[in-house]
Amino acid sequence: GSESPIQFGQINPNIASNFINTLHQDLVLSFPPGFPPSCSPSVPLPFTMSHGTTTLAFIFQGGVIAAADTRSSCNGLVACPASQKILPVHSHLVGTTSGTSADCALWKRILARELRLYQLRHGRRLSTAGAAKLLAHMLHPFKGTELCVAATLCGWDGGERPSLYYVCSDGTRLQGELFSVGSGSPYAYSVLDGGVRWGLTVEEATSLARQAVYRATHRDAYSGNCVDVYHITSKGWARRDREDAEFKSQHP
Amino acid sequence: MEYLIGIQGPDFVLVAADNVAASSIIQMKQDQDKMFKLSDKILLLCVGEAGDTVQFAEYIQKNIQLYKMRNEHSLQQRYGNDLFPTPYHVNLLLAGFDETDGPGLYFMDYLSALAKAPFAAHGYGAYLTLSILDRYYRPDLTRDEAVELLKKCIEELNKRLIINLPSFSVRLIDKDGIHDLEKLVPVGAK
Repeated sequence: GSESPIQFGQINPNIASNFINTLHQDLVLSFPPGFPPSCSPSVPLPFTMSHGTTTLAFIFQGGVIAAADTRSSCNGLVACPASQKILPVHSHLVGTTSGTSADCALWKRILARELRLYQLRHGRRLSTAGAAKLLAHMLHPFKGTELCVAATLCGWDGGERPSLYYVCSDGTRLQGELFSVGSGSPYAYSVLDGGVRWGLTVEEATSLARQAVYRATHRDAYSGNCVDVYHITSKGWARRDREDAEFKSQHP
Repeated sequence: MEYLIGIQGPDFVLVAADNVAASSIIQMKQDQDKMFKLSDKILLLCVGEAGDTVQFAEYIQKNIQLYKMRNEHSLQQRYGNDLFPTPYHVNLLLAGFDETDGPGLYFMDYLSALAKAPFAAHGYGAYLTLSILDRYYRPDLTRDEAVELLKKCIEELNKRLIINLPSFSVRLIDKDGIHDLEKLVPVGAK
């Protein structure tokens, strides 16, 4: 119907916090209060751990590379070792996801729907910048609730140029050439900052992306298992074979 | 962690803002522009909670553009101030040049306190730089003197502020409009 995509029944944050355990989870499950018992860490964490994931995306001469691990964690349990964190939105736009798996899957679908409607109504595809703004404005009413989505939108605009935007449910929207999101992102950033150049070949860029995710999965408990890599060019997105993070990096 | 500064002269306003967009301990972007053009001669500088800043500033920006379209003349500077307490956690500097009133700099915080001031700053860096402004500011500053005063402030941040702010966007507003000045990039530790 004509209901706006943002007019869902919002959960009152006071009620929500009673039955949703918000400690280190990528997959939201309803537990009764007090379970599982939380133990305080013996060493204080440098910053709040959240978004149990490593995702990254960067622009280079060959287009956009997006990479992510495949581990979905929930409080120390690996809920799914083979999840998909890079979701295609349309033929020339993919989004990496981080935060709550369910929220990301839902909002990606809503974004895909709204972009398709825009295309039908206006006869042209909305740019990545427009898609990022649309997503940010759809998420803004949920600020302060438990909703948690941190995505990078990697696309190719109007047959001319690659584009990369970071959108977060706290309202942040940033355009850039290199982003990494998730609990493993600091580890990935340090590998990428030393290697990303405009002039990389496609093979070099893919290999660098896998290395960065591998290093992050090695150090971050909430990232791991396999690495997905997507490559976006003027012809659209192409998915590389999913490879085990550790295997590939030790047998290049 | 963010920093805004404004210095008003006899016929201009000089403003600067840092360029870092951070998330937790990571600098996600080093070339973020925190100034929003409200009209040909009014700039809104906006820092605060991630997301709120851009949402609020763009909301004000678009509404002022709409007012201009509807009413054929643009909002005068002092009416560009939003006096309602809002749920947005943003701290603002509003700088502009008015045809009748001349240059003006307004300091506003998230509780919607509003003050017209000859110079102002927001952020942790304000604690370090307000006393420099107190000491060296004169109402009859020339443009060059204002830029030198700004450089003094930024050098102090480079020396004493625990956060590294690698670069600052600088703009000047006068009767001819908004002028982009060279980005200030403090170099080396003193």
